[in-house]
Amino acid sequence: MSLLISSPHAHGGDSIRANMLSVIIALLPAAGVSVYLFGWLALFLIVLCMAGCMVSEWVCLKMMGRPLTSLGDGSAALTGLLLALTLPAAVPWWMALIGCVAAIVLAKQVYGGLGHNPFNPALAARVVLLISFPLHMTAWLVPMHAPVFAAVLPLNLYDFNQCWNLFWLGPEAIGKGLDAITMASPLGHVKTEWSRGVGAVEALRNYDYSYLDAFLGREAGSLGETSALALLLGGVYLLARHTISWHIPLSFILTVYVLAALFNAMNPEHFAPPLFHVLAGGLMLGAFFMATDPVSSPVTPRGQIVFGVGCGLLTWSIRSFGGYPEGVMFSILLMNCAVPLIDHYLRPRVYGK
Amino acid sequence: MSALLDRFTSLISKGAAKGAASSKELKAMIGTGGFSGGVHPKQMKITATSPIVDLPLPPRLILPLKQHIGQICTPIVEVGERVLRGQKIGKSEGYVSAPVHAPTSGRVLAIEEHAVPHPSGMGRLCIIIEPDGLDEADESLPTISDYRGEDPGIIRERIRLSGIVGLGGAVFPTFIKMLRDHRHPVEMVILNGIECEPYLTCDHRLMLEHSAAIVRGLDVIMHAVEAQCGVIAIEDNKPDAIAAMQQALAEASIEHVEVRALPTLYPQGSEKQLIQSVTGRQVPAGKLPLHIGVLCQNVGTTKAIYDAVCLGQPLTRRVVTVSGDAVPEPANISVRIGTPIPFVLAQCGLDDLNGVRLIHGGPMMGERLPRMNVPLVKSTNGLLAMRQEALYSENAVEEPCIRCGHCVEVCPVGLVPNELAWHCRHDQFDRGQEYDLFDCIECGCCSYVCPSHIPLVHYFRYAKGQVAKIEKERAFAELSKARSEARDNRLAHEQAERAARRSKVRKQQSDAASSTVGDKAPESKPDTGAKDMETKDTGKST
Repeated sequence: MSLLISSPHAHGGDSIRANMLSVIIALLPAAGVSVYLFGWLALFLIVLCMAGCMVSEWVCLKMMGRPLTSLGDGSAALTGLLLALTLPAAVPWWMALIGCVAAIVLAKQVYGGLGHNPFNPALAARVVLLISFPLHMTAWLVPMHAPVFAAVLPLNLYDFNQCWNLFWLGPEAIGKGLDAITMASPLGHVKTEWSRGVGAVEALRNYDYSYLDAFLGREAGSLGETSALALLLGGVYLLARHTISWHIPLSFILTVYVLAALFNAMNPEHFAPPLFHVLAGGLMLGAFFMATDPVSSPVTPRGQIVFGVGCGLLTWSIRSFGGYPEGVMFSILLMNCAVPLIDHYLRPRVYGK
Repeated sequence: MSALLDRFTSLISKGAAKGAASSKELKAMIGTGGFSGGVHPKQMKITATSPIVDLPLPPRLILPLKQHIGQICTPIVEVGERVLRGQKIGKSEGYVSAPVHAPTSGRVLAIEEHAVPHPSGMGRLCIIIEPDGLDEADESLPTISDYRGEDPGIIRERIRLSGIVGLGGAVFPTFIKMLRDHRHPVEMVILNGIECEPYLTCDHRLMLEHSAAIVRGLDVIMHAVEAQCGVIAIEDNKPDAIAAMQQALAEASIEHVEVRALPTLYPQGSEKQLIQSVTGRQVPAGKLPLHIGVLCQNVGTTKAIYDAVCLGQPLTRRVVTVSGDAVPEPANISVRIGTPIPFVLAQCGLDDLNGVRLIHGGPMMGERLPRMNVPLVKSTNGLLAMRQEALYSENAVEEPCIRCGHCVEVCPVGLVPNELAWHCRHDQFDRGQEYDLFDCIECGCCSYVCPSHIPLVHYFRYAKGQVAKIEKERAFAELSKARSEARDNRLAHEQAERAARRSKVRKQQSDAASSTVGDKAPESKPDTGAKDMETKDTGKST
C-alpha cells in the first residue's frame, strides 16, 4: 500500500506527457512550414535531432540507473524538435548530433534531469553550436518558394536523392559550395549593412524585404523561425490549452515592439522598424516556445512579466548594438540566469498579509 | 508599483479568461472568482436529487468523547445505566469543548477505547450504547420559541449545552465563535451554503428540505450576536437551493438578509475565501473573521442551532452524503451520530468492503480512513467509498516538478507551492515558514492541477507536523533547561545555606567554648576578662 494516501483524492488529469505533447503539436505548423521551405532536408534534420536527443536521454538514464519510463514523458523528443527548428537547414548531420548531446547531457542531465536545468536545453545546445561552428550556423539555405529567388533557385529541395547526399555528405557531394546555396537572413543582412554604414531601411530596401513574406515565412532563416503565422498558430493553441500563459510571450514581444518603435521614431534611417523586429528571426519561436519553457522560466505571473520584459530588452539591444545579428537566444539564456532571483523576490501577495 | 502590476495582471487575466472560455480542460479547471486562484473539480454530485432519508436504529452506537476541537469530555454515565435520547453523557472539560449527547434511548454497554475516524487509525475513549428501540426522549431542555425576547447570553449558553460544533467539517465549538466582543461588533452573518467539495450534497439537500429551519436559525444567530445583516451564500450550481432559500426568506419576512449566488469555484466554502467573495475584504493574517465584523456559519450548523434553541434538541443527528464509485445506492442520510460506518454502507447496498477505500469528507480535503469499523461523528459531512484501483491518491506516481506554475496560479492563499514543497521535502522548515507554510489551508488545489502528480499538500502537512514537533521539543528542552537551572540554583543555594549554618554552628560552638572560658575567667578577673573577649571577637571577625 502506498504511504502517500493523503488528500486530495481527485486530480484534474494534467500530466507532463500531455504538456510536452501539446507543445509538440503546437510546433507542427512551424515544422510543416520548414518542410515546405526546405523539403527533405528539414524532415531529415527534425527526425535526426529528435532521435539523437532521445538516444542521449536513454543513455543518460541508463548510466544513472534511473527509470527508463521517464523517456516516455516526451521532454527529450520536444527538445530535439525545438533544437532542429533553431538550426539552419544546411547544417551538417554530425553538427546536429553534437547539438543533441549538448542539449541532453550538458544542459539537462548533468543538472539532474527534467525539472532541474537552469537553461533551456535546446537553446543552450544552439549556443554551443553557434560558438563552435559560427560559419555553418549562420549560413542560411536558400528556401523554396521565396518569391525573390524563385528564378535563381540553386537547388530543388524536394528531390530526395539530392537532399540525401547533401544531408549526409555536405554541399561538395552535389558539386556546390556552401556559399552558392546559402544567403543572409534579413537580420544578418541589416547587421552587415550597418557595419558598412548603411541604415536599416536602406538595407531592407536592397534586400527586397517584404512584411508579408516574413509573416508567411517565405524568407531565409533557421528551420522553424521563418513563419510568424505558423508560430502564432501554435502559440494560440498553447494559450488556449493553458500549457503556457500569456505573460511571457506578450511582454517579450511587446517590449521589443515598443523599444523598436521608440528608436525607430527617433532615427528612422538607422533603426529598423518595429514590425520588422517582431517578424524577424527567432522572436516568435523564442517568445512562444523557448522563453515559456516552464522549467527555466519564473513561476509567478509577475515574475513572468519581468522575465519577458527582460528578454525583450536584451533581444532588441543585442540586435541593435551587439556583435550578433540575432539576440533572442542569448537574451533568453541570460534571463534564465535571473529566474531564481525573480522567483525569490516576486512572490504573490499572501491572503491577509 | 507591485500593487499596480497586480491590478494590471488581474485585469488582463480576466479578459483572457473570457476570451478563451470556449476551450476546455485545463483552462476550464482554473477559474477567477472573488478570491484569486481556485479550481473547478468535476462536480460528481450524484446525490443532488436524492431526498434526505432516515436509517433504522443500528445495533449499537459508538460515541467518541472528543468529536470537536478542544478538550476531551469526561463520561458522566455508568456502564449499564439507561440513557435517554438527548441526555448528556459526556461533560465538556475546559472552555474549548463541546458536550456529547446520547442519540437514542438505551443502555450503556461500555466506556472504552474504540477506533475513531482519523487518518492514523487511532482510538479514543468512547461511550458505547445499545439502543433499546424505544427512542425515548429526554425532555429536560425547554424550547425557546420566543428567542427574540430572550437574552443573547442565554441563547449562546443553550448552543454550548447542546454540543453544537461547526458541521462543515472543522468542528470548532460554535458558541465560542458567537461570543460578543464589544470592540469588534458583528456586522454581518454569512451562512455558508457553498458546499464546493465534489460529491457532497448534504448542505444542498438541507437547504432544499429545511429552508425554513435554516432561515429561523439564521435569525437566532443574528439575534444572539446582534448582527445587522445576513447573507446566505450559495454557489450558482445549486439554483434550486437558491430559489428555496429565497422563498423561505420571503415567507419568514426577515429583514436585512439576502441570498447571494456566487460563481462555482473550489474552495469557495473555505471561510476566509468565502468572506472575500462576499465582502471583498480579506481577513488580516493572524486575525479572526470577527475582527472585520463577520461571522460565518455553515447551513448545517444553523439548522442544528435552530433545533437546539427552538425545539430543545441537542446535536445528536446530522446529514451525511454517502457516495463514491463503490456505493451501489448513494444517498443523503440523516444519521444518528455514533452510527458505525459498515452499518451505514450496508444500508446503501455496500456489504463487501474488500478493495474499497473509505474517505471521510470530500475528495479534495477528506481523510482516508485506515480502519472501517469506526462511527460517524459530528464532523462527517460525507463518506466516500472508492474502489482502490480508481482512487487517484493511492495510484499516483510522483514525477519531477517542471515548474509549470499552475500551483501558483490556483493557490487561493497566494503561496508558491512548488518552492514551498521543495523546502518541506528537504526538511528546511525555517525556509518553509519564510514561504508562509502556515498560511496553507490544505485545500488541495495545487495537488489537483499538478502535472507531475506531486502530493504537495502531503508535504505541507508533514512539514507542519514536524514544525509543531520541533516547537514542542524546543519548549520541552527549554522547560528542562529552566528546571535544571532552577535545581542547580537551589542546590547551590542550599549548599550555601548549609555552609552558612555550619559556620554559624561552628561560631556558636567557638562562642560557647570561649564563653565557658570567659565564664570561668570573670570569677577571677571579671573586668578585664570581658574586655579581652571583646577584642578577641573583633580580631576574629576582621
